Amino acid sequence: MLRQLPVVTDPNLLVGPEKSDDAAVYRLSGELAIIQTVDFFTPVVDDPYLFGQVAAANSLSDVYAMGGKPLLALNIACFPSCLPVEVLGQILKGGADKVAEAGAIVAGGHTIQDDVPKYGLAVTGLVHPQRVLSNAGARPGDILILTKPLGTGIINTAVKGELAPEESVRAALETMLELNRQASEVMVRCGANSCTDITGFGLLGHAAEMAEASGATLEIRVAGVPLLPGVRELAAMGMIPAGAYANRDFLAGRVVIPEGTKPEITAILFDPQTSGGLLIAVPEEVFELVAGEMKKVGVKAGVVGRVREKGPAPIVLI
Amino acid sequence: MNEINEVDCRGLACPQPVISTKKALDSLDRGTVVTLVDNDTARENVTLFARNSGHEARVEKLEGPVYRITISKGGPEPGKQAPGAAPDTSGTTSAGGAVKPSTVYLITTNMLGQGSPDLGLVLMKSLMVTLNEMDPPPRALLFLNSGVMLTCQGSPVLEQLQKLSSRGSLLVSCGTCLDYYKLSDKLETGRVGNMLEINGYLLESEKAITIA
Repeated sequence: MLRQLPVVTDPNLLVGPEKSDDAAVYRLSGELAIIQTVDFFTPVVDDPYLFGQVAAANSLSDVYAMGGKPLLALNIACFPSCLPVEVLGQILKGGADKVAEAGAIVAGGHTIQDDVPKYGLAVTGLVHPQRVLSNAGARPGDILILTKPLGTGIINTAVKGELAPEESVRAALETMLELNRQASEVMVRCGANSCTDITGFGLLGHAAEMAEASGATLEIRVAGVPLLPGVRELAAMGMIPAGAYANRDFLAGRVVIPEGTKPEITAILFDPQTSGGLLIAVPEEVFELVAGEMKKVGVKAGVVGRVREKGPAPIVLI
Repeated sequence: MNEINEVDCRGLACPQPVISTKKALDSLDRGTVVTLVDNDTARENVTLFARNSGHEARVEKLEGPVYRITISKGGPEPGKQAPGAAPDTSGTTSAGGAVKPSTVYLITTNMLGQGSPDLGLVLMKSLMVTLNEMDPPPRALLFLNSGVMLTCQGSPVLEQLQKLSSRGSLLVSCGTCLDYYKLSDKLETGRVGNMLEINGYLLESEKAITIA
């Protein structure tokens, strides 16, 4: 559907819509480029303050995924007039606090009436034009790391069914609240070839985007993928959101899945994530350094695979 | 008596179809639950849930986007019972007709006993052959800690376990343990369970034997 928009050919547009990347990047000068991104969604947790926090972490994530620093943000909110306005106040406070944690400012925004509440932010960030990390730079031999465990979609579905164990709910909330800031700073400092954040398209969806943009194949080692506690059991119980099946169907033919792989495992790999981690292609020679630095700043990164020469399919599971 | 419980989940938002189906199954000792759904997500989730809970599930497409999922708890569907009935929760009936107490084995290791690992392996193989000679077979084998290696790729007792499974024994491997040993995608027989389920089997069985 984006194909219907007029094609842009501005040489200063370093990253645009062609390669399904996380944000737009526009060069202002030899040393400065501006990043712009927007994201908003319906509540994923009951508490309005926490919802604001998660939505903000999610919106800020795209700036971090490009290797940039967030600067400014504007609220986008939809709110029903039948709900007390204090609730909206809590959502906005949650968002503002998370933006402040990222070292950026909320400078305003816009709210409209809607039957279903929605919240998110349009975020502006800065990055050096030569150090932009797009999803198109992964090289064969790179090691793939993922900085947050998977499973928020499945756990949130189980919460709706009142079947999610407390430990799973707590862990899911913790990862959704976590900014990708530390992970991003490490990868910029130590060197990485490519990065994308894992959100609604699931790990395999975003990995396929990286593979196709980079002209490579990404080999994902299923046993290495970090999972939130209880996710396997909840997936086996059928707590799988419709989005996971939509992702799977959309990616049909682009992911090689070994025969005998349990359906609950593939469901987790297609599970849409909220405020997920960064998938980073790290050159082999700096992997030890990156792993050490990630550990030092408290990011629990897991090795999830390797970049290979382009094969018949963008993603291969092993 | 085999009850049939019908659950109409058309129009219900996910994950309500699984929840309603689960409630219906939990209320039955044995019997059939027939769930109606009107979308693919619900069809996939209910079927996955039923099969991973150890029940047989059959899917039929009805008119429009509607599917009927027939789930049999406690053995084959009514009308398809072989003489000498399948195991139920209160006891098991052998072909001879006498009711014997239901037995579960809690297997917490892949090498039986404390001592030589080689001997432990030999003993475990021997145990599995012996369990297969039981009539009726054990109600369930529950695998914990390194025991989960026995149900995964490369296990020396896979054939025996698969035989036990085809004779009606439930094989349940602890999910946390599979994750720990990085065997999550290597499970070859039986299904994944959690501590709540495993404890459930231990409590409801007449006899629980621990293999350590």
